[in-house]
Order: sequence, then structure tokens, then C-alpha cells
Amino acid sequence: MLKGLELRNVVISHNDRRLVAIDITVAAGEVLSVMGPSGAGKSTLLAMITGNLAPEFRASGEVWLDGMNITDLPTHQRRVGILFQDDLLFPHLSVGANLAFGLRAGGSKQERAAKINEALREVDLEGYADRDPATLSGGQKARVALMRMLLAEPCVLLLDEAFSRLDTALRTQVRDLVFARARVRNLPVVMVTHDLEDAKAAGGTVFTIAPHED
Amino acid sequence: MPRLIALVPIVTLLAMLGPVVAGLWGTVLPAFGHLPVAGFDGPSLDALRMLATTPGIGAAARISVTTGLLATGISVLIVVLITGGWSGTPAFQVLERVLSPLLAVPHAAAAFGLAFLIAPSGWIVRLVSPGLTGWDRPPDVLILNDPYGLAMTAGLIIKEVPFLLLMTIAALGQVQQRRSLLVAQALGYGRLTGWLKAVFPRVYAQIRLPVYVVLAYSMSVVDVAVILGPTTPPPLSVLIVKWMGDPDLGMRLLAAAGALLQLALVVAALSVWRIGEFIVARIGLSWVIRGGRGRLDGAIRPLGLGAGALTAALIFAGLGGLLVWSFAGFWSFPNALPDSFSLRTWMRHGPDTGGAFGETFIVAMTATGLALMLVLGCLEAEHRSGRKITSRGLWLLYLPLLVPQTTFLPGLQTLLLGLGADVGRGPVIAAHLVFVLPYVFLSLGDPYRAWDGRNGVTAAALGASPNRVFWQVRLPMLTRPVLVAIAVGLSVSVGQYLPTLLIGGGRVSTLTTEAVALASGGDRRAIAVYGLAQTAAALVPFALALIIPALVWRNRRGLHA
Amino acid sequence: MKHLALIAALVAPLPALANPDPADWDAVMAEAAGQTVYWNAWGGSTTTNDFIAWVGERVAEDYRVTLEHVKLTDTADAVTRVLSEKQAGVDNDGAIDMIWINGANFAAMKDADLLFGPFAEQLPNWAVVDSNGKTVQTDFTVPVEGFEAPWAMAQVVFIHDTADLADPLGSMTAILDWSKANPGRFTYPQPPDFLGATFLKQALVDLIDDQAPLYAPATDENYAKVTAPLWDYLDALTPTLWRQGRAYPATGPAQLQLIADGEIDLAISFSPGEATAAIANQQLPDTVRTFVLDKGTIGNASFVAIPYNSGSVAGAMIVANFLMSPEAQARAQDPAVLGYGTVLDMAALTDTDRALFDTLDLGIATLSPAELGSVVAEPHPSWMTRITDDWMARYGTAQ
Repeated sequence: MLKGLELRNVVISHNDRRLVAIDITVAAGEVLSVMGPSGAGKSTLLAMITGNLAPEFRASGEVWLDGMNITDLPTHQRRVGILFQDDLLFPHLSVGANLAFGLRAGGSKQERAAKINEALREVDLEGYADRDPATLSGGQKARVALMRMLLAEPCVLLLDEAFSRLDTALRTQVRDLVFARARVRNLPVVMVTHDLEDAKAAGGTVFTIAPHED
Repeated sequence: MPRLIALVPIVTLLAMLGPVVAGLWGTVLPAFGHLPVAGFDGPSLDALRMLATTPGIGAAARISVTTGLLATGISVLIVVLITGGWSGTPAFQVLERVLSPLLAVPHAAAAFGLAFLIAPSGWIVRLVSPGLTGWDRPPDVLILNDPYGLAMTAGLIIKEVPFLLLMTIAALGQVQQRRSLLVAQALGYGRLTGWLKAVFPRVYAQIRLPVYVVLAYSMSVVDVAVILGPTTPPPLSVLIVKWMGDPDLGMRLLAAAGALLQLALVVAALSVWRIGEFIVARIGLSWVIRGGRGRLDGAIRPLGLGAGALTAALIFAGLGGLLVWSFAGFWSFPNALPDSFSLRTWMRHGPDTGGAFGETFIVAMTATGLALMLVLGCLEAEHRSGRKITSRGLWLLYLPLLVPQTTFLPGLQTLLLGLGADVGRGPVIAAHLVFVLPYVFLSLGDPYRAWDGRNGVTAAALGASPNRVFWQVRLPMLTRPVLVAIAVGLSVSVGQYLPTLLIGGGRVSTLTTEAVALASGGDRRAIAVYGLAQTAAALVPFALALIIPALVWRNRRGLHA
Repeated sequence: MKHLALIAALVAPLPALANPDPADWDAVMAEAAGQTVYWNAWGGSTTTNDFIAWVGERVAEDYRVTLEHVKLTDTADAVTRVLSEKQAGVDNDGAIDMIWINGANFAAMKDADLLFGPFAEQLPNWAVVDSNGKTVQTDFTVPVEGFEAPWAMAQVVFIHDTADLADPLGSMTAILDWSKANPGRFTYPQPPDFLGATFLKQALVDLIDDQAPLYAPATDENYAKVTAPLWDYLDALTPTLWRQGRAYPATGPAQLQLIADGEIDLAISFSPGEATAAIANQQLPDTVRTFVLDKGTIGNASFVAIPYNSGSVAGAMIVANFLMSPEAQARAQDPAVLGYGTVLDMAALTDTDRALFDTLDLGIATLSPAELGSVVAEPHPSWMTRITDDWMARYGTAQ
């Protein structure tokens, strides 16, 4: 079984115009940086991987994850993790409840609580379980969002310009944290970004989406 | 997509349009002379001929059209002046806060209040007499029930301005007006002129359907017409209801013919308005090209705010008048306050209002509950299938509001009887559902769609099935809009008059039917009690819609927006 | 096959037989216990609504019948309802069990076979009804034949505020003269409202010398001639009316609010006790009094009828009978309650029952039976229909 993400002959078009054509494998522990100008189709590619392609796009090709064809599976069955520009912590749940939402089902209440506290400790946010997410700083929110996603034990990590909202100092910190956690768990990472620094820090392949061919 | 949820839009359309179509059919047949039980076998043009020769029919039709066009036109003008001149300012926010609850005040209650304010023996005159005017008898001036329908037009305007204003504010959100306005002002345009030239056309496209609804409603309203409208002759809608109830069975054919005329008038007025839009667009374009910067802006701007404030003041003062009457003993002219106060009216009518209150709420809660389920199902289905409601779909949604009630409700009554669904709460709830559905949909639609879809993607990526996303993420985050939509649905149901009266067979008496029944008797105190109860029934849900989320989510700042 | 047809023919009339026979009163009372009667009655008067509520309490106490008052704006609504039900084939347990009715509405229902009956003359309390002295056996010249039971007598009186109009006016001509001298202080409910139409009839009856044609159907030949004086009168009166006749109050009680607001000084009423009741209810100032015309005023009876498809016929008959009881009649005549006239024959009552009436204080604004003078019978309904239509064409569309 081949661990990692495979995009086999994936072609995404919009109104008969080719947006993205890609055929690539991202092995476990590797980072693929996807770059290109605004509106080129970077987020669309991620949408295809998560299974949320808007109806006006046409996609062909296959997506394989850890040896399984996930092209036709609904999003919640794909084991794909995604982080957006905004942390998107659910405002009606506490920090701990947000994490619990991500945690795979099963285990007793104590086991789950222990796992949540473990996750919080991992990012230096011990004791924050009962906090209102809106009271956290930008960096803290990003860390909680990351741990929430990791608790769901995804098989791949997708980053949709996940660091662009953060200021420079925070950005480096969070970026390094994400890459470190991904490496520890041996996850392939697809990172969409328009910042060359991110791609350099990732150190992996860079795929550039050209502007539309007319 | 699971088959069950795909059915919801179909069920919704049936619940909303089925009765309208059936009612229309039940009206068309008698209009062309076919009413078997009365011994009339069509087709024949007799009823239409009778309609044409009814004395005063021309005037009745004319009043219907003029009050409709005038009320709509002035309401739109006021809303444009308010929004164009003041949007984004603190004054605008105050006006918005003040006018929002006024939406819920039922038309009948607002009309009662206004009637007492502006009558020659009304509160305004009493306040200035005999001090300023020297009158100790009211002047014999035809203000209420005036033949041009001006009082009725005023009664309609004070309710339509809040409605259109809120629709406009919702539209503003879609149109990003702040930037356009900045650009216009940077180019040297005054605030109002800049807004009119740069923003209004886009906004109007969004509020066009609500404006049509206002026009159709104003032309066919019955309860406001009875309270404030002319009586010699009354507007067409009042005549139709009168003919519907005549024991002479031939009059039912006449009523059906009148109902068709009403429909034709509404269609004609909408066409006229449409042409008017075109003409205004043309004039507007040449105005834009001429490049005038709007020197008169400074003079006109305050008018908008003044008109808006006046609208709110009239409703509040009207309700205040009702409040005073409910506690009044004998109140002679020209005293500014009653000669004596007493609790008698409340004690005598209070218990009765309790019964009507309960009935009103049962009907309203059931209709709104059903509507909410259907609307949430439709919106979720829309979300899951990725297909947005088309503009044609939007017309379907507005259809029950555009077809005059006096045109299809009588036919619907016959249909229900034929099905044996007869009298009682069930059919009334079904009838209310027809009107509650569109408003709940409109109220909930934008907030539902505006919800950041990435929350859903994130939740799904975390392993939550679509149903789990709906119940555990989307709905909790939309608590306030859902509660507001419920409040809207409840207030729409509370204010309904004709559906309850005609479909309920008299077995269902709500606060509104009781209040309008009392209107013919002229006992202002009793009317005041029922009018106030009716208003409270409509407003309390809005208050709850504000309070409940604040309570439930008091520890969640992210939901306080 | 033949037997089936025979059985079907025998079985068919059974639903009609299922209705209780009013002559067997014990059976009626037994069947009525536990029934709910929906009485469709005009709901525009708070005093009447209260009276009906009291009736409900009493029949619940004595007969275990539940009475629901369905408030109507217009009796014709109820007629329409029964008609719709007949049209849809709803022949059992219709929405309406009893209607407060008379005149044209009654005629329409009777002609269309929409009523249960005859029943009225078999009710126990019919024995004390004044069927000779009061017009309870014809309803606007249409024979009742037991299809409706009377419960109140009405007679036209005029209400005036003595603060502005001190003395009674004796005739319609006197009213016209006064109105010309005091423009804008008089009006009447807009026809086809029943009271408004009654004003027109009252005016006509008072203005012409020979009333005989009014008691036969109106014909094309005599209509114009007979009603000419009425139109001349109204042509002179209308410009002097409140709002110059360009608007009218919708109903009778609406006029009371106008008097209280100081807008008018004179109004017409169909209930001799209405003014006193309104004063007690703080709807009118206590300077208000009533008068009748020298030549007498029109009077008629209010009835209750039972639709053919009512599901609570026994209960409805119980209520109808109770309405004719001395207890209910005396209470209805009490001006503090309703102030309606009674349909009972005082001579037919026992001493105790008669005492209920004798001890009533009729109130400051109510004329005694002697002062009420002679009752003029209602003309044939065809006159009212024509006059109302004519009025609506001449004055109802002032534009």
C-alpha cells in the first residue's frame, strides 16, 4: 500500500476552459507547495481533494489516499484534514468542545478528556479547555485549529493559505509548528500559498498553476 | 443526495402554491357563471355584465388602483430618501432599531391607532383644542374614510415603510454600498445624489419583488380599508368580501367576477409600475450623464429622516392612543385625556382575549413550526445540491403574496369543504402556512446562505456527516436568524384576517378576527384591548428572539454579532 | 336486487328522522346534554356579547349544554357558510348550530331549504310568547311557520344628546328642519347595514300618508310613485348630514362613538334600552335621552334559527327555549344588561315571573312601554331591497 496522496491525471475545468492539470504523488512526510496568481485555481484544487468542488467546475482524474480511491467518496469519509486562512473555530463551542468535535468517536469520557488535554499541552495551551474561542489571540486560535484537525487523525493535511492572516513573527512560528506536527505523524501536506517564504520553508516540490490559457 | 430531502422543496411548493391555484380555480368557475348549488350552470357572462353595471364599480376599482400606487410610490420614496441620505450614519442605525419592531405591529392595530390620531375628534385635535383652535366641537371635516383614500394610504404607508426599509437594508448588504458611496463622494457628489446614482439601481433590483408585494397588498387589503378607507364607495376588495357574504346566492357570482377584476387590476398596476421603472431608469440615466453634483442634497436630506421619524411616531402614538383608551372611562371631546380611568375594560375583555390569545398562538406556532421545517429543509437541500434558487424560483416564492387574498381565498374555502376538511384549526393552519412560508423563507434565506461554508467543509473534514454538520454546527451558529425567522412567521400569522375568517368557518377566533369584528361596533375601548393584545402577540416573539440568544450564548462572544 | 332498492328507499329518510322531535321535550333534554352549540350571532356589541356569555353559563348549569358564541360582523356570512356546506354535501354536523337571524336572511334560508324545523311553536316556552300582540309569526311579512324562534323585540328610537339637542323631534320633517339649522350633527348607518336601511324605511313610513302599498310586494308600477317623497327628503337632508353625506358610520353602535366624540347629536337605534346600557357602559354621556316619532316607529322581532345540517339540534332547541324563558327575557330587558324589548305576553306569566319585569328599572334614557307608543309593522322585504339598491346608486357612490 502506497502511503501518501496521489493525484492521477487530475484536470479541473471551468466552462470548457482548463484551470488545473496535475499528475503528482505527495509521499508521507513531504510537502507540496501549490502557487499561482489570485484566482488561478489553487483553492479549487484543494476543493477537489476535499470533495467540495462547486457545481460549475468539471473535474476528471482520480484522487488516491493511502492506497484508497477517494474520488467519489463524500467529504466526511475521506480522512482529509484542511486548514483555512481563518481558524474557523466553531463559535458556539468552547475550546475543549471544538477539539472534542474533531476527536474520532469512541472511548470513555475520561479517555477523551485526557486526549483533549494532551493535545492542548502539545501546543502550550493547557487549561484552555473551557474558554470561549473568541477570547483567544490569533496565534492561539491557529494552534487550537491545528490540534482540532490533528485529533481527527487525517491522512493528509491541506493548507489553504493558512498562514496569510498571521503577522510575520507569528507566521513563522505557526508554520514551523504545523510542519513539525505533520512530520511527527508522517502526513503528506499540500500547501496553497502565494508567499515564496512558505514554499522555501516547506522545502518540497513546488507546483505552479499558470494563469488561464485562453 | 438522499431522496427524502430532495422531496422537501416539492412539498414546500405544494403547501404554498397548491391552495392558491385551487383557490383561483374555485373563483374562476363562479365568475363565468358556474355555481351548481345555487342553480347556476355556466358558462355565462352574466356575472361579468352585472359587475360592469354595479353602481360605483368604476370608483371602487379606481380607488383600489390609486391607493395602491400612491401608497407604494410614497413608501419607496421615503425609504430611498432615508437610506440614500443617512445609511451608515448613527441616525440610520437608530431609525433601523426603532422601525424593526414596528414591522410586527399588525396592520389592523396600526390602522386603529392612526384612525384615532387623525380623526377630527381624534387625539391630535384634542391635544390642541380648545387651547389653540377654540373648538369645543370637532370640525366636520372628512379625514377618515375620505373619498380619495388618503387616510387609508397613510395607514398603509406607516406599515410599508418599515417593511421596505428592512428589505432595503438586507439588499444593501449584498451590494457593498459603502465603497461605491465613497467613490461617488470622492468624485464630488453630495451624499444623497451619489447614493441615488451609484447605489440605488443595484439596490432596487434586489427589492423589486418586495415592492411588488407591497403594491399587490395595498390594492387588495380589507381590514385597513374597512377602518380607514372610503365608504362611498369602498375599495373593490371590501365590496368583494361584502358580496361573498350576501345571502342572495347570485351575489357569489358577482363576488367571483369582482375577484377576477381585482386580479386584473393588480396585474395592470404591476405593469404600470414596471413601465414606470423603465421610465425612471431612462430619466435617471440622463441625470447621471448630466453629472449634476446634487446641490439640493442638503435641503432634501432632512426630509428623509423626518419622514422616517414621522412614520415611527405615528405608529407609536397610535398604539399609545389605544393604550389610553383601554384604560379610559368616559372620554369627552375636547379633553386631552379621559375624564376618568378604570380597569373595567381590561377586566371585562381580558379573559376573552386569553381565549383568543391561545387560539392565535396555537395556529401561529403550528403554521410557523411547519414553515420552519420546510424552509430549513429547502435551504439545506439547496445547499447540498449546490443549486441556488433561481429568479424564477423567487417569483414562485412571492406568488402567494402577489395574488390578492380576496381572489383565491373564497375559492379555497369551497375546495376544503369539498375535501371534507371542513372547519377548524387544521385548514386554518394550512391557509396560514401559505402566507407564512414565503416570509420565513425570505427572512431565513440570506442568513442561511451567508453562513461561511468553510465551517461546513471543516466539520466534514473532521468526519462529521452532512446531517451532523446541519444539527451540530450550522443550526447552533444560526440561532439568532432562526429565532428571528420564527418571530417573523408568528407575526405574519397573528396578523392574518381573511384566511382565518373565511377558512375557519367561525370556529377559529383569533385576536385579529375578534378585533375587526369589534371594529364595526365602534366600542373603542374593546377595540383597544384587542388591538393591544394582537400587537403584543406579534412583538413578544421578537423580544424573545433578541433575549434568548443573548442568554444561551452569553459565554460565546463569537455569536454576539 | 328489488329488496335492496326497497331497503335503500326505507333507509334514506332516516337521517332526517334522527333529528329530535321538539314536542318530546324530555327526549330533547336528554339528547342535548353534553352537546356543544355554535351560535353564530353578531359580535359588534359588547353588551350583547356579555349577555350571550351569560346564556352560555345558564344552559351549561341547567342542561349541560355548552354554548359557543361565534362573533359575526354580518349575519349573511353565516348564511353563506351553510350554503357552502350544502354545496359541498356536508349534511351532518355543519359548522353552525344556531343563527341570530331575521328578515331577508331568514327568507333566503327558508326558501333554499337550509333550515331545520318547524320547531319554534313546539318549544315549552312558546306558551308565554305574545304571538298575537307582537310580530313574531311573520318576519318582514314572510310567514315564520315555526322555522325560527323569537327572542327579542326591537323598536326604532332616536337617541339624542340633550346637551346640544334638548327636545325630542316629532317627525322626520322636524328632523330635517333641525338638521338644516345644525348641519353636520346628524347621520345614519350606511345602507345596506340593517339599521341604515331601517332609517330609510322609517323615513318613508313617516313621510307618506297611505302605507298600504308597503305591505304588498313592490312593483315596477308603484315603486317610483310611492318612494318619491323619500328621495325628495333625502335630497334635502343629505347635504346637511355629518360629512355632508360623503361618509357614513358603518353600524349602529359606531354612531354612539360619534355622539361620545361630540361629532353628532342625533342617531337612530333599534333598541329602546341601548342608550341607557351605553351610559352605564361609559360609552355615552349621561345627558343622552331617547324619543320616538309622533306617528309611531317601526318594530320587529329578533329570532334564532337552526340550520338543517346542525349536529347539535337538541342543544340548539334548548338554547332557543331558554332565550324565551321569563328569566332570560327579564334579564335582556334590564337596561344595565341589554335593554332589548321582550317577546313575552305579560298576561300569560305567573305572578312571580311577572314580578321579574315589574321591578326592572328601565333607566334614565329608556322610554317606558307606554311612552314607546305604537309599533309600525315592517314593510314587505322587497321594498327594503329596492330602496337599499336605489340608495346605494344615488348616495352610496358620492363620486
